[in-house]
Amino acid sequence: MSTRATLATAVRVLRQLRRDRRTIALVLGVPPVLLALFKYVFEGQAQTFDRVGPALVGIFPFVSMFVVTSIAMLRERTTGTLERLMSMPLAKLDLLLGYGIAFALVAALQAGLTSAVAFGALGLDTTGPIWLVIVLAVGNAVLGMSLGLFLSAFARTEFQAVQFMPAFVLPQVFLAGLLVPRDRMARPLEIVSDFLPLTYAYDALARATTDDIGRRLALDAFVVGACIAVALVLGATTLRRRTP
Amino acid sequence: MSTSGEPAIEVKGLRIRRGGKLVLPGISLRVGRGRVTGLLGPSGSGKTTLMRAIVGVQIIQNGEVAVLGRPAGSPELRRRVGYVTQAPSVYGDLTVRENLRYFARILAAAPERIDEVIGTVGLREQADQVVGTLSGGEGSRASLATALLGEPEILVLDEPTVGLDPVLRRDLWNTFHELAAGGATLLVSSHVMDEAKRCDELVLLREGRIVAMTSPEELLRQTGASDLEEAFLALVEVA
Repeated sequence: MSTRATLATAVRVLRQLRRDRRTIALVLGVPPVLLALFKYVFEGQAQTFDRVGPALVGIFPFVSMFVVTSIAMLRERTTGTLERLMSMPLAKLDLLLGYGIAFALVAALQAGLTSAVAFGALGLDTTGPIWLVIVLAVGNAVLGMSLGLFLSAFARTEFQAVQFMPAFVLPQVFLAGLLVPRDRMARPLEIVSDFLPLTYAYDALARATTDDIGRRLALDAFVVGACIAVALVLGATTLRRRTP
Repeated sequence: MSTSGEPAIEVKGLRIRRGGKLVLPGISLRVGRGRVTGLLGPSGSGKTTLMRAIVGVQIIQNGEVAVLGRPAGSPELRRRVGYVTQAPSVYGDLTVRENLRYFARILAAAPERIDEVIGTVGLREQADQVVGTLSGGEGSRASLATALLGEPEILVLDEPTVGLDPVLRRDLWNTFHELAAGGATLLVSSHVMDEAKRCDELVLLREGRIVAMTSPEELLRQTGASDLEEAFLALVEVA
């Protein structure tokens, strides 16, 4: 482990992203636009927007970072840069943390901008502290990133990597309690949702927005943190110094 | 540097299967220090697989590969061995300099090395150009520059001169010999026999087996051929 290598990796990832202006525009611009769309779809039911809106602010970073990371990692594998890095004095964790820092910064920007639009321009109402929503959003981004990192090892092509989004992300969104509260879902689905990381991420967000800040929220945050750690460790095992 | 004593690279009974195919059935060779050794053979003869094993990124079935007296791929070798793959492995969305700056940080190389290696591979004019917009030859040179950053004792170069014009090719070979004169050991693969004459030593590979291990002069003398291409064909046909 070396801070020098970790920071160098973070700077490099951000530099690559900076060159891809369109991706930045999409990552930063799409969530506010979608939220606005959402608001007008539920024009007559302001309480639906107020209930789901804040959670969406926190879930967008999870989805975008999942996709961006899996593609970025896949590119590292297919262009041979990963093999080069693995033949250099670089700890696997330096690479993973470097990515983590870079994408957490982007996620902070994304969540900040989305919150500004949602709570400002769109008049989204929340009883809880907005800063906590942003902090949880950044945590979700890191969760999405670590899951994307790990799962990208199982994609051979970018087509496959993109399909991992509906395959691994959407079911978590459906089951997290966002559409239907979990205790009103069929029992087997509720049990499945107990094992999905996004369930805890969503629960934390829901509690933050209703100002229910207590032990349950702390527990949720802890579970999300543990999932990040496990996904990073699993991700590290998919980075091989030797390949067939 | 002398070629006597411990070899830079020693391979014993190396057996490698890749993609269900036995690429190297069990080969042994030694590469002397401070020399430019050419690894020649037709495409598909196992050159890349052998190089990957020497760098320590290849899973091997059997045999031993020692580099500078340590098992290939040992953590302490990661700073001492430079490897350039056939396809340039640099970030296409960064400039040449940005790529080098990143890898220099990873290797803990002095920042001055960045400009030095840019000069060595002749990319001064393109230093601030995004790698993705470079020509194929320029891209490979950017990749080569990365491997030179840490001043490795061993350089493993997989077809570094493919797609380069004759002037650049000559310049790069001169660079290789300068590096060797400075004590580095170079293992350079090529499928063009024309490049064999630029090497100090030759390892000729065919279908995963070593056909000859000798110097270019010796190869010509033994086979009585007029050029190296002919010598190689003579050897392959006898084998």
